[in-house]
Amino acid sequence: MDGVHDMGGMHGFGKVEPEPNEPVFHAPWEGRCIALNRAMSFTGEWNIDMSRAAIEELPPAHYLTWSYYKKWAIRLENMLLERGLIEADELAAGRALRPGKPLKRTMTVDKIEAAFNRGKYGRPASAPARFKPGDRVRTKNIHPRTHTRLPRYARDKVGVIDAVRGCNVFPDTVAIGQGEHPQWLYTVLFDGRELWGENSDPTLTVSIDAWEPYLDPA
Amino acid sequence: MAQDHDHDHDHDDHHHHDHGSELSEMQLRVRALETILTEKGYVDPAALDLIVEAYETKIGPHSGASVVAKAWADPAFKQALLADATAAIAKLGHVSRVGDHLVAVENTPEEHNIIVCTLCSCYPWEMLGLPPVWYKAAPYRSRAVNDPRGVLADFGVTLPEDTRIRVWDSTAETRFIVLPMRPAGTEGWSEERLAALVTRNSMIGTGLAKRPDEAA
Repeated sequence: MDGVHDMGGMHGFGKVEPEPNEPVFHAPWEGRCIALNRAMSFTGEWNIDMSRAAIEELPPAHYLTWSYYKKWAIRLENMLLERGLIEADELAAGRALRPGKPLKRTMTVDKIEAAFNRGKYGRPASAPARFKPGDRVRTKNIHPRTHTRLPRYARDKVGVIDAVRGCNVFPDTVAIGQGEHPQWLYTVLFDGRELWGENSDPTLTVSIDAWEPYLDPA
Repeated sequence: MAQDHDHDHDHDDHHHHDHGSELSEMQLRVRALETILTEKGYVDPAALDLIVEAYETKIGPHSGASVVAKAWADPAFKQALLADATAAIAKLGHVSRVGDHLVAVENTPEEHNIIVCTLCSCYPWEMLGLPPVWYKAAPYRSRAVNDPRGVLADFGVTLPEDTRIRVWDSTAETRFIVLPMRPAGTEGWSEERLAALVTRNSMIGTGLAKRPDEAA
C-alpha cells in the first residue's frame, strides 16, 4: 500500500538525532512488548509479512507520532482481535473473560531460542531465474492497496541486477493469505540520478532487493 | 565514539513520544495484554522474561564487532565473509546464529556503504542487537537514500567528495552489515583489541571505526 511507512526520499522529517548511550529499552513495557510479539509470532497464527502489513495499516497520523514499540503493541492487539484470539471486552477489562483458543504451538522456556531465529525464507525454485547479474531491468509501476516491498521511490526505474539472492517467499501474496508463491529475488542497483534526477549526488547508488514479479527487462 | 557522542541535546520529543502520560498508559496497556494472553495460555511469562533478558544482555553489537575484527586480522576469513557471511559466521560458532542471508559489504577508500530499511526496521540484529531509535525513525529512513552525505553530517562524519556512496535498502529478508575500514596504526593488534574499535554505527555505515587514539 502507498502508505506513510514508505518513507524513502520523503522530505521534511528533519535531522537524524542519535541518542548518546541509548539503552536497549527506554521503559520496561518496551521489552515486554517485543517479547509478547515474538512469543505470539511463534504460534504461527500469522507470518512476518502479515505483521508488517498490520503496522502499515495503522492510521497515518498514528504511524508518524506513536513510538516504535507503541506501534508494535497496538499492532499486536489488532492482529489478536482480527483473529478472534482476544476480544475487545477483554482488553477493556484487562483480563481474560473466556478461555483461550487452541494454538498450534506456544513459546515456552525451552523454546526461547526460536525467538531469535529469523526464520528461513528461501524456497526451492520451480523455474530458472529470468535475470542474471549485469542485466538491465525496469521496476514495475505498481500501486497495490495491499502489502508490497517495492518502495515508491524505486518504481518505474531502470537499474542493473547486482546479485541473485535465491528463490524466496513472495511478500505480496503471503501477506494477504494467498500463499508463499516463491519468486527469484535480486539485488537491483540504481544510479542516484535515475531515482532523484539531475541534482542527485553524482557519487550515489542505491540498491533494493526486488522479487522477479517487480521487474521487467529493460 | 566521537560521532556517537557529539549530539548532546536534551532527550526531546523527537526520540520519545512516550513521555509522561503515554509512558504510564503504555505500561498499563501492555501489562493488561500480557495478563490476558497469559490467562488464555498463549504466552508463558517465564519465557517472556528470558527473551527480554537476552535482548538486554546477550544480543548486541559485540557480536558484529568480533566478526569485523576477525576479518581485519585474518584475510582468509575476510574473503569467506564477503563471499558468504552466513556460512563464514556459522563456522565461527561463538556468534549467535544468523538468518538465511547475511551479506557483508566492504568499505574502501573508493566506496562507502550505508544500510537502511526505508519501509520498516529491518536490521542485522543477530550481529548488532536491536536497532537504535534513530534507525527506525522517519528522518533516517527518508533521507538515507537521497541525502546520505547529509545524514552522515548528522553523525559528524564527512567523507571525501569523490568517495562513492552505496546505500543498501533492506527491502527483503536479506540482511546487510558493513565491514568498516581498518583504522591506520593498528598493525599487529589482536582481534580483541581491534574489536574495541568497531562501533555499532561503523557496521551500519553511519560511522567509522575508532582510531587507536579514540579507543577507551
